[in-house]
Amino acid sequence: MKKFILVRLVNIVITLFIIATATFFLMKMLPGSPFDEEKLVDLTDEARMEFYARYGLDEPLYVQYLKYMGNLVQGDLGLSYYYKDQPVNSLIMGRIGPSALLGFQAVVLGLSIGIILGMIAAFRHNTIWDYFTMIVAVLGVSIPNFVLAAILQFYVGLQWGLFPVAYWESYESSILPTISLAVTVIALIARFTRNEMLEVLQQDYITTAHAKGLGDLTVLIKHAIRNALIPVITILGPVFVSLLTGSLVIENIFGIPGIGSLFVDSIKMNDYTTIMGLTLFYSSFFILTVLVVDILYGIIDPRIRVHGKG
Amino acid sequence: MEPLLSIKDLHVTFQTHAGNVNAVRGVDLSVGKGETLAIVGESGSGKSVTSKAIMGLLPKQNASIDQGEIWFEDRNLLSLKSKEMQKVRGSEIAVIFQDPMTALNPTMKVGKQVIESAVKHRKLGKQEANKLALELFELVGIPNPEARLNQYPHQFSGGMRQRVVIAMALACNPKLLIADEPTTALDVTIQAQILDLLKSIQKKTGTSIIFITHDLGVVANIADSVAVMYAGKIVEKGTVEEIFHQPTHPYNWGLLQSMPNLDTKGKLYSIPGSPPDLMNPPKGDAFASRNEFALAIDYEKQPPMFQITKTHSAASWLLHPQAPKIEFIKQINKDLSEHKPNYNKTENKQTLLEVKNLKKHFKLQSKQTLKAVDGINLEIKKGETLGLVGESGCGKSTAGRTLMGLYESTSGEVVYNKVSLNQANKKNFTQKIQMIFQDPYASLDPRKKVEDIIAEGIDIHQLTKSYNERKEKVKELLETVGLQSEHASRYPHEFSGGQRQRIGIARALAVEPELIIADEPISALDVSIQAQVVNLLMKLQKERDLTFLFIAHDLSMVKYISDRIGVMYLGGMVELAEADELYKQPMHPYTQALLSAIPIPDPVVEKSRERVILQGGLPSPITPPTGCRFRTRCSLATEECEVVPKWREVEEGHWVACHYA
Repeated sequence: MKKFILVRLVNIVITLFIIATATFFLMKMLPGSPFDEEKLVDLTDEARMEFYARYGLDEPLYVQYLKYMGNLVQGDLGLSYYYKDQPVNSLIMGRIGPSALLGFQAVVLGLSIGIILGMIAAFRHNTIWDYFTMIVAVLGVSIPNFVLAAILQFYVGLQWGLFPVAYWESYESSILPTISLAVTVIALIARFTRNEMLEVLQQDYITTAHAKGLGDLTVLIKHAIRNALIPVITILGPVFVSLLTGSLVIENIFGIPGIGSLFVDSIKMNDYTTIMGLTLFYSSFFILTVLVVDILYGIIDPRIRVHGKG
Repeated sequence: MEPLLSIKDLHVTFQTHAGNVNAVRGVDLSVGKGETLAIVGESGSGKSVTSKAIMGLLPKQNASIDQGEIWFEDRNLLSLKSKEMQKVRGSEIAVIFQDPMTALNPTMKVGKQVIESAVKHRKLGKQEANKLALELFELVGIPNPEARLNQYPHQFSGGMRQRVVIAMALACNPKLLIADEPTTALDVTIQAQILDLLKSIQKKTGTSIIFITHDLGVVANIADSVAVMYAGKIVEKGTVEEIFHQPTHPYNWGLLQSMPNLDTKGKLYSIPGSPPDLMNPPKGDAFASRNEFALAIDYEKQPPMFQITKTHSAASWLLHPQAPKIEFIKQINKDLSEHKPNYNKTENKQTLLEVKNLKKHFKLQSKQTLKAVDGINLEIKKGETLGLVGESGCGKSTAGRTLMGLYESTSGEVVYNKVSLNQANKKNFTQKIQMIFQDPYASLDPRKKVEDIIAEGIDIHQLTKSYNERKEKVKELLETVGLQSEHASRYPHEFSGGQRQRIGIARALAVEPELIIADEPISALDVSIQAQVVNLLMKLQKERDLTFLFIAHDLSMVKYISDRIGVMYLGGMVELAEADELYKQPMHPYTQALLSAIPIPDPVVEKSRERVILQGGLPSPITPPTGCRFRTRCSLATEECEVVPKWREVEEGHWVACHYA
C-alpha cells in the first residue's frame, strides 16, 4: 500500500509539472497582455523596460520559465499582474473560504440526497418512485446550473424572499448557490446508486441472505448497501470536476468572492500568473481527490486490498 | 417413512414480457426424514423453481404460485405469513446454491456470514456464535479455522467456498437441506470431496436432503430416491435403484442412455429434438414429440401417474394396461451392438501435428509469471481424436489455443504437417486448424446473421467466387450440422444452446479444416443435447476425415469420443495413452484419482466402490511445487519426487511422468 501511494505521488508531481509547463507556454502564446498596451507606448523606453523588469518580463522566455518553475517548487505562484502586486498565493487563500464552503455543502447535500433517492428508486423498481427519481435525475443532468440558478434567484430569492439573491453577507447567502451546485451531483449519484443497487439485489448472495431467514431490512443494510455503494466512490472524481466547473459560473451569477469568480476575472484581465496559479491549484485538487478515492476504494473493498499491490 | 416435506400439486407461473411461462405444472413430491431425494432434470425443467418455491424465495415481482400446497411437518408453508416464513428459512430449511463464487457476500468476513442465521434464529451471543463458527468450519473440513473465519470470500478457492456455503447452511441444524446443483461449478476431484462431505454430515445430523442436479452420476452416488422432472412435471419417481435399473418413462430411458459410461461404444443414444416451450405447453404429454414410442393418446391427453410399485411411479401412457409393452433395455442393447466401432484406427497413421516441449507463460501485473502450460509434448495423428483432460486451471485450454497460434508460445515448437508453426506463418494455418468454443452464447456475434457468422472464414480465405456459391455453401453446411437452410438469415438469439453449438460447428467446418480444436464443446449443454452434438462430431469426423483435439473435463464423454487421451495437471502432461488403456491401467496417481472421482450413473457400482479422494485443491500455477508438481497431493510422494520425473514411454504408446509408474 505504501509503495502504491508513493508511486502515485511521483506520478502526480510529473503530471503537475507537465500541466505547469503547458499552461506557461500557452499563456505566452496568447495575444494581448495584462497591461494597458496603449499607455505602455507612451512611456519612455527606459521606463517601459523598468516596468517589464519589475515583472521579470524583460528576460528571454526560457529564463522566465525557469524562474517561474523555480518559484513554483518553493510553493510561490508569483505576483498577480492585475491585483496591485499581490502574491497569487495570498489571493487564492483570501478567496478560498466561500468556495470551499459551497463545495463542501454541495457534496454533502448531493451525496446524501442522491444516495437516498437512488436507493428508493431501486427498492421500488418500476414503480412511481422509480420513475419520479429518474425524471429528477434526467432533469438534474440536463438543466444547466446557471438556468437553475436564475430560476432560484427569481422565485426563492425575489418572489418569496426566503434567501438572499446574491452576495456573500451571511450564511444564508450560501443556500441558493449550494442548491444550484448540488442538483447535478444529486442527479449523477442517484442514477448511479440506483443502477448499482439493482445489480446487487440480483446477486446470489442476496438470495443466500434471504435464505438464511434474515428480514428484508437486515438483508439491505448488512448485505446490499455496502456492496452497492462501493462503486459509487469511483464517480466521486467526476463529481468533483462538475463541482469545480459549476462553481466558475455559479460564483459569478451570485456574486460570490470565491476562487471560481477570481478565475473568471483573471481570464478576463489576462492576469497570467493568477490564471496559472489557479489552474495548478484546481489540477492538484482534482488529482489528489482521485488519489484519495482510489485509496478509499482499497480500504472499503477487501478484494482490491489484496490485489492492489501494483 | 414419515414424510418431512410433501408438495401437493404445485403450479408456478412466471410473468414475462413475452407472456406467461408455466414453469412448474403440477408437482407432487415428498421427502422422508433423513432421506436424500434427488430431483433430476435439464435446464428449464422447473427443478430449481420448485426448490425456490419451498424456500419462499421466488421473485415477488413476476412469479406466482397458482395452486398447490407445500407441507413441512404440520404447516403449509404457502399459507405462512412472511414473518413466519422467515423463521423457517435458514433455521429449519436451509439451502446450498450452485455457484460458490457468487453465493457469498464479497465484502463480509466469512465467519460472520456463516453464523448470521444462527445469531438471528437462535439468538446466540458473540462468544457462542464464534464457537459455533469454529465447530462448523471443523465439521466441513476447512483447515486452520481460527484464521480462516476472519478472511473474505475471495481468499478461498472454489471448493473451500462451497464448504463455507455448506457450513452456512448447517448453522442452525436444519431439518431439511436443499442443495441446488452444489457441485456443478466444481471440478470432479473437488466434487468427490463435497459429495463425501454431504454424506458424512447427513450421517451425523440426520438431516433430509433435496439434491437438485442434472448429473445422473452424482444422483447414483448420493440419492436414496429420485424424481425425474421434465417440462415442469415429475415424469417418474422411485428409489434410486428403480430409476436406474427399471426405468419406465421414455424420457428417463433417453437420459440414462445419452450418458456414456466407460464401456459405451458405437453411436451414442440421443433424445431427438429439444424441450417444449413452456409459454405454450403442449396439450398432451410434453415429451410426446421427442418420444419415439409415443402413442396417439400422448398428443391428446396428459398421462396420469401410474403406480408401479409402492415406491415407484411414472407418468406415461405406456403403463396403461392396454398400451403395447416395450422392452427398453433390450432395444438399446440391440442398437448398440449393431454399431461395431472401428478399433485401432490410429495405428499406422501419419502424424498431423507434433508439439515439442511447448510452454506458454503469462506475465502478470504483479511481475510474477503464471506458467499456464509448462513444457508439454504430444502428437496428434491424422484422423484421430485426442482427448485432453484435467481440472480447471490445469492449462488444457491454453494449450489448445497456443498450439493453434492464438497465443504466442513462450518456447517450444509446434510442427504441423512437417512445417514448424510460428507467428510469421500462422496465417497459412488458420484455414487448416479451426476451433469450437465452450460457450455457445458468447462465441457467436449477436449482431451478425447466422449466414455471415458461418461464412466469415470463407470470405477471409476467399473460398467462394460468387455470392450465390457462398449462399449454397452456407446452406449445405447448415444441413450438414442438422439445421435448416432457412436458418441462415436469422440471428443467434433465436436459437437454443444446442442449435448454437451446431452453428459454431458449421462455422468451423466452413473453411474445410483438417484439425478441429474443440474446447469443452458440450459442457454448457444439457445431457440430452450433449449426446446429439457428440454424435454429430463423430459423424463429421468419419465423413470428412477430420482430426480432433477434444478438450474437456467430463471424463466419461472424453473416454467415449477419444482414441487417445492426455491428462494434464498444473501445466504439465502427466499421462498419455490409448483411451481404453488409460482407463484400464492408469499409471499416474493423478489419473487414478481423477478416474476414481467420476461418478458413474449406476447406484450399485457407485455406492459400493472405494474412492481415491484427493485432498486439497490445485496449487497455484504461479508458484507450482518443485519437482513433480503433483507431489503435494500425491499419496505415493517421497523424497525422490523432488526431482522432476521424466516424460517416458512405459509401454508402447503409453507415456507417463511419474517415478513410480
